[in-house]
Amino acid sequence: MSKSSLKQTLKDLDTKKISIRELNQDYLKRIKENENLNIFIHFSEENVLKQIDNLEKDNSEKKLKGIPIAIKDLFCTKSMPTTAASKILENFNPTYESFVTQKLLDEGSIFVGKTNLDEFAMGSATNTSFFGNTINPLSQENEPLAPGGSSGGSAAAVAADLCLGATGTDTGGSIRQPASFCGVVGIKPTYGLCSRWGIAAFASSLDQAGIFSHNVEDASILLQSIAGFDQRDSTSAKVDIPNYFENLDDDLNGKTVGIPKEYSIDGTPMEISQIWEDAIKVLEKKGVKIKNISLPHTKYALPTYYIIAPAEASSNLARYDGVKYGFRSDEIDSLDEMYENTRAQGFGREVKRRILIGTYVLSAGYYDAYYLKAQKVRKLIADDFNKAFKECDFIVTPTAPSAAFPLNEKQNDPIKMYLNDVFTVPASLAGLPGISIPFGKDKNNLPLGIQILGKHFDEQQVFNAAVSLERSYE
Amino acid sequence: MKIDKNTINKIARLSRIKLDDKESEDYIKDLNSILDWVEQLNEVNTENVEPLSNISSSILPKREDVSNDTNSSEEILENAPDKLEGFFAVPKVVE
Repeated sequence: MSKSSLKQTLKDLDTKKISIRELNQDYLKRIKENENLNIFIHFSEENVLKQIDNLEKDNSEKKLKGIPIAIKDLFCTKSMPTTAASKILENFNPTYESFVTQKLLDEGSIFVGKTNLDEFAMGSATNTSFFGNTINPLSQENEPLAPGGSSGGSAAAVAADLCLGATGTDTGGSIRQPASFCGVVGIKPTYGLCSRWGIAAFASSLDQAGIFSHNVEDASILLQSIAGFDQRDSTSAKVDIPNYFENLDDDLNGKTVGIPKEYSIDGTPMEISQIWEDAIKVLEKKGVKIKNISLPHTKYALPTYYIIAPAEASSNLARYDGVKYGFRSDEIDSLDEMYENTRAQGFGREVKRRILIGTYVLSAGYYDAYYLKAQKVRKLIADDFNKAFKECDFIVTPTAPSAAFPLNEKQNDPIKMYLNDVFTVPASLAGLPGISIPFGKDKNNLPLGIQILGKHFDEQQVFNAAVSLERSYE
Repeated sequence: MKIDKNTINKIARLSRIKLDDKESEDYIKDLNSILDWVEQLNEVNTENVEPLSNISSSILPKREDVSNDTNSSEEILENAPDKLEGFFAVPKVVE
């Protein structure tokens, strides 16, 4: 099955080689054939057909007119329910559209459905969803694999060719790690590039929207569509958004790549170290200077993250109280009991674990020792990157410490699960843009990913390095 | 052990999450192992380091002080588990 790219499809639509209806019916067919993978929380053929009808009546020119896009079910959408994969938001119908999805609608794209995720984006395997596991489309018959997480449904939707692109969110690696597991491209832009308006909040100082696609060119087209300033998000950045696609340049001659020695971690499989070396060799051949750099606080990134993210989550998730929307328990003898039972029954185990830990580290007497300490270490981690970027234009590392693992593995040990994000969390804490592209395979023929990190708002450099590596690999 | 039965009950109460005995035990174990693990941050010297709370380089922009009427209470109440005469309804709070 050869997957058509977004770029090619736009051409085919333009030259009338294919109609919007034909194109989307092709995707609808595959979505129905792949229902067993449990990629979508919400899918309605009728809804898609209605969107096609409307677009056929619309004569205006739109950049993504008729392009099938899958939406992570963390983005509020007016045309479809939004659950954040939680029982507590079952049957929630947003009264407004998120910034990112509105941009995609304005460009004429078609939403094929809402994709599965870890509950409130808390997880690394899409196995904490109230709506069940998503299965990695690359799984063999007898061994179902995890798609990674939290945006596992979106990564799987692209990998199974059920859309030409998908939205995701990345708080500590939730776009890059599943992209690596599913063999697709995933970019988390700079914190602040895409408005968080209308995205169910997990950890507000880290959450960022991004894109999954079949290749780097497509990602550059889609990211440009969802980026931009929005006054409803106080951390939204007022920066000019370049035309990433038009500016793509795979000539890296004279650039410098940073290779952080702290990312060589004991226990990393040989295959992962190997693809990292291969990527460096490819870059060297292209005239890129190789610079060994040091990010000395790297090993503290994960524990820092697992204080800051749950702390912010415990505050953000206080709004789910059974009053305004979503699920309410039946056992409601008093107001307090209503809150306590609603939240006990409405949240899953991992979400409760994080709310509890977050509440603890913010509670009186512990705030300084945990939360404030973590924010200080976060500063040191961000400073490490600032120093490193004085010596290099971009940084190359592996994306994840393993290929896709079997479903249900690592479920009992939270810390082991958290280690999945060891290569992605540091850049999240520093707010830097990062992309994962497929690069090499492991011994079971499963894809592995290379991560490219750039300076704040230097997505163009990230795309350029990514497209260069991608083209040399193909 | 940082988290004992009393502490977990206190945090659960602050979080407004009811836990049964089995859950309390599981979370005591989980939280202690996570807190032991994050303890390594104490190795880092953070004297005179400013805490980083906002990574965004953007400066809060000002906007025109104009009212923006988006009264959609009916629409919003559509999602309420219980409502009464245009308000959210909750269990009685005063006797």
